[in-house]
Amino acid sequence: MRIDTTRTLRDLAGEIASRPHPPVKISVSMGTCGIAAGTGPVLEALRTAVAERHLENAVEISEVGCMGLCYAEPVLMVSSNDGSHRLIYGDVTPQQIPAILDAGVDSIAPGTRTIERNWYYPEWETPAPGELQARIVLRNTGRLCPENLEEYLASDGYAALGKVLDTMTPQEVIDLITASGLRGRGGGGFPTGKKWQFAAARQSDEKFIICNADEGDPGAFMDRAVLEGDPHAVLEAMAIGGYAIGAHTGVIYIRAEYPLAVKRLEIAIEQAHERGLLGKNIFNSGFDFDIQIKFGAGAFVCGEETALIHSIEGKRGEPTVKPPFPADKGLWEKPTVVNNVETYACIAAIVRKGAEWFRSIGTEGSPGTKVFALAGKVAKVGLAEVPMGTTLRTIIYEIGDGIRNNRQFKAVQTGGPSGGCITAANLDLPIDYEALKKIGSMMGSGGMIVMDEDDCMVNIAKFFLEFTLDESCGKCTPCRIGNRRMYEMLDDITSGRGTPETIEKLKMLSATIKDTALCGLGQTAPNPVLSTLANFEEEYMAHVRDSRCPAGVCSKLIRYEITDRCVGCGICLRHCPVHCISGERKMRHLIDQERCIKCGVCFQSCRFHAVEKR
Amino acid sequence: MSCQCSGGCGAAGDSEKFAELDRFITELLSRGEPPERRRGNLIQILHRAQHIFGYLPEEVQKFVAERLDLPRAEIYGVISFYSYFTDQPVGRYKINVCTGTACFVKGAPKVLDEFKRQLNIREGESTPDGKFFLGALRCVGACSLAPVVMVNERVYGNMTADKVAGILAECTD
Ligand SMILES: Cc1cc2nc3c(=O)[nH]c(=O)nc-3n(C[C@H](O)[C@H](O)[C@H](O)COP(=O)(O)O)c2cc1C
Ligand code: SF4
Ligand code: SF4
Ligand code: SF4
Ligand code: FES
Repeated sequence: MRIDTTRTLRDLAGEIASRPHPPVKISVSMGTCGIAAGTGPVLEALRTAVAERHLENAVEISEVGCMGLCYAEPVLMVSSNDGSHRLIYGDVTPQQIPAILDAGVDSIAPGTRTIERNWYYPEWETPAPGELQARIVLRNTGRLCPENLEEYLASDGYAALGKVLDTMTPQEVIDLITASGLRGRGGGGFPTGKKWQFAAARQSDEKFIICNADEGDPGAFMDRAVLEGDPHAVLEAMAIGGYAIGAHTGVIYIRAEYPLAVKRLEIAIEQAHERGLLGKNIFNSGFDFDIQIKFGAGAFVCGEETALIHSIEGKRGEPTVKPPFPADKGLWEKPTVVNNVETYACIAAIVRKGAEWFRSIGTEGSPGTKVFALAGKVAKVGLAEVPMGTTLRTIIYEIGDGIRNNRQFKAVQTGGPSGGCITAANLDLPIDYEALKKIGSMMGSGGMIVMDEDDCMVNIAKFFLEFTLDESCGKCTPCRIGNRRMYEMLDDITSGRGTPETIEKLKMLSATIKDTALCGLGQTAPNPVLSTLANFEEEYMAHVRDSRCPAGVCSKLIRYEITDRCVGCGICLRHCPVHCISGERKMRHLIDQERCIKCGVCFQSCRFHAVEKR
Repeated sequence: MSCQCSGGCGAAGDSEKFAELDRFITELLSRGEPPERRRGNLIQILHRAQHIFGYLPEEVQKFVAERLDLPRAEIYGVISFYSYFTDQPVGRYKINVCTGTACFVKGAPKVLDEFKRQLNIREGESTPDGKFFLGALRCVGACSLAPVVMVNERVYGNMTADKVAGILAECTD
C-alpha cells in the first residue's frame, strides 16, 4: 500500500507499533562481522529450537545489523517486548541456544557470556550513570531488522521526510542543518549546511545528491555497519537533502567489497518505492526523488569526491583540481552534493529533534557524536559512538577495555593512511576535529587502529606509504614519484641501510609532497611518516644508528638464536616452515641463519624459552 | 584483487555468455538515459562481464566497447585503473588476504607469505594448474576477525600461518 500522506504514515506507524508481539524478542546480529564469525548457524539453531518447542507465539526472532560488539560475535540480544529487560550474549554457539531459550529474559543462561551494554538512545532514553556512548548514527543499527521497512516506520522512519515535505521550505531545511552545526563525517569536517547552501544557490535544470559509501580507510567499518543495519536512514536523508538543494536523483557510490550492504540497500530502495517513499510525488508534495546504486571497483582514491564522480561517469577514477567544486560542476557537470554515509545518518534525527538538541551533544565546534571503529590491539574490537569531545582514554580503555593480552599501549592511528599517530601523552585530550588536527593527526572517517609495544612505528609508517603508493592514481608527479622515494627510504631504514641523513631527507621530501600533490591522497600521504617521526624519533634512530628494531619487528634487523636453555625437544625443528633448524634429540639445536626466513615460529613454539630474538 | 564472484565456472559456452552479457547491457541501456551518459553504466557492465567470464579478455572488452560506442582504448584504460578488474584468467579458488591496517598489525603479512610459499606464486598470480589465485585486498569490514582471508565468498577470521595448509586442503573440486 502506498503511503501518500504524512497522516497515512502516522496511522500506519501507530498501527504497526500496536500490533501484538510475542513477549520475548531475540535479535541476532547478522552483519558481515557476525556472519563471518558464525551467526548463521546460531540463527538456524534458534529457528529450529523455537519451531520444535512451538514457541512461535512466545518468541520473535529478528535479524539485525551490527551492534558494534564485533569482538564478541556471534552476538544475540534477548529482550522483553516492553523494553524493560535486555540481555546480550556474546560468543554464542548453537549448542547454547536451548539454555538461552530456557533462561528467557529474567535469568542468565548458565555457561554463557553476557555483555554489558553501555550506550543509550538520546532521542528517547536518559543515560544511566556510566553510559559512555550515545546512539544517533547507530540509533537503529543492531536494533531493527534492516530488511523490514515496517520496523523502521514504527521507529519514526520517514517521519522526518514527511515533516520536511509537508511543512518546510528547502531553505528552512538548509537553515536547520546549518544551525545544527553538523559537519561532514567523511574526513574533512566541512559544515554540511554550508555545502547544501552552495548547491541550492546554483541555477540548473538538474542537480545530484551523492552518498559516498566508498569507505576506503582500511580498518574503518562504521559506514558498512550503517548501510547493513539501517539502510532506510540513508535513503531518507538523501531524499531530504535532494529536496533541500533541488535534486531529484540520488546516487549511492559503494565499494564492491561490501556485497551485503549492497543487497540490503537494494531491498530497501525497492521497499521504499513500493510504499511511494521514493519515486514520483512523495507524500503528495509534488517532489520526485529516485536513488541509484553505483559500484566501485577497488580504488581507494575513488573516495575523493571528484574521483568518485568520474568513476560514476564510467571513467578512470582520477581526481581533478578544485575549484570547480562539485557544488558547481559535479556529476555530468551539474551541481552536486557529496556527503558521507554517517553524515546522512544524522540528518533525519536532526529534522525530528531540532538543531538545539543536536548541539546539546558534543562540543561547541563539533556538535553531535562520532562513530569510531576500534581495531588493532585493543581488547574489544568494535564500534563506539561517543559524543564529540570524549577522550581517547575513555574510548580505548573504558569502551575498548584496554590493550589485548596485557601488553603496553604504544599509539593509536586515527585518520587512516592520511592521518597520524597519537601517543599516551594525549590520551586525555577531548577529541574533535580541531583537537586532532592540533596534535598532528585528523578525524578522518573514524578508524582507530590501536598499537602496542610489539608494533614498530617505522614499519607502520612504511605500511601506510605502501598503501598510498599502491593507491596513487599516478596523475601527478609528487605523489607518483615522491611517495615512491619516501617508501624506498623507509624500506632502507627498516632493512638497516638507512643513515641519519635518510631521516632528514624524509622530512624534506614530506614537506614538498604536501605542498605540491594534486589531491588529498598525495597531500596527506606523508602524514603518517611525519607524525611517527615527531613522536618516535628515537625508534627511527635506533634503526639507522644501531641497526636495531626495538619492537623486534623489522625482520632484516633481527635474528633468532637458540640458547643453552634448549633441551632438544625438537618442537621448533618440526614447526620451522623452511626446515632450517637442526639438532639431535636431547641436544642443543641450531638455526641455519642463512636459510632462516625469520618467521618467528620457533620463538613462539618453544616451551622452554630457549629461542631468543635479538 | 580479482572479482569475488566465482563466475566463469558454469558449463555455459562462450556464445551463451555473450548472450547473457548482451541481455544485461540491453536492460541497463533501456532506461532512456541520454546517449552521452550511457558510459555511466560501464563499471557495472564490467563487473557483470567479469562475473560471467571470470576475467575480461580482449573479445569481451571489444564487445563492451561496441555496445557502449566507446573506443577500445577507453575500456582498457578503465580496466587497468581499477584493481578489481583483470584481463588475465585467474584461478578457480580466489584467495584474497586482507592487508588492511587492522589485519596488518595483527600479522597479515605472515599469512600472505605463507600462502606465497605454499602455492609457490607471487601476489596477483594464479597457480599454473589454474586452481588458485592469490591476491591481497584492503579491508572487508570484518576487522574484528583480523587477520582475515577470503576464499571466493567465504571469510576466514583469526588467521595464522599455521591454518594456511588446512584452508588449501579444503579447496577440493
Ligand atoms: C584520498 C581520499 C579518500 C577519501 N575517501 C573517502 C571515503 O572513503 N569516504 C568518504 O565519505 N569520504 C572520503 N573522502 C572525502 C571526500 O572527498 C568528501 O570530502 C566527503 O565524502 C564529503 O562528505 P562529508 O562532507 O559528509 O564528509 C576521501 C578524500 C580523499 C582525499
Ligand atoms: S595526489 Fe596522487 S592520487 Fe591524487 S591526483 Fe595526484 S597522483 Fe593521483
Ligand atoms: S623447541 Fe626449544 S627446547 Fe625444543 S629443541 Fe627447539 S629450542 Fe630446544
Ligand atoms: S624464525 Fe622461522 S625460519 Fe627461522 S629458524 Fe625459526 S622457525 Fe625457522
Ligand atoms: S583491515 Fe582486514 S578486515 Fe578490516
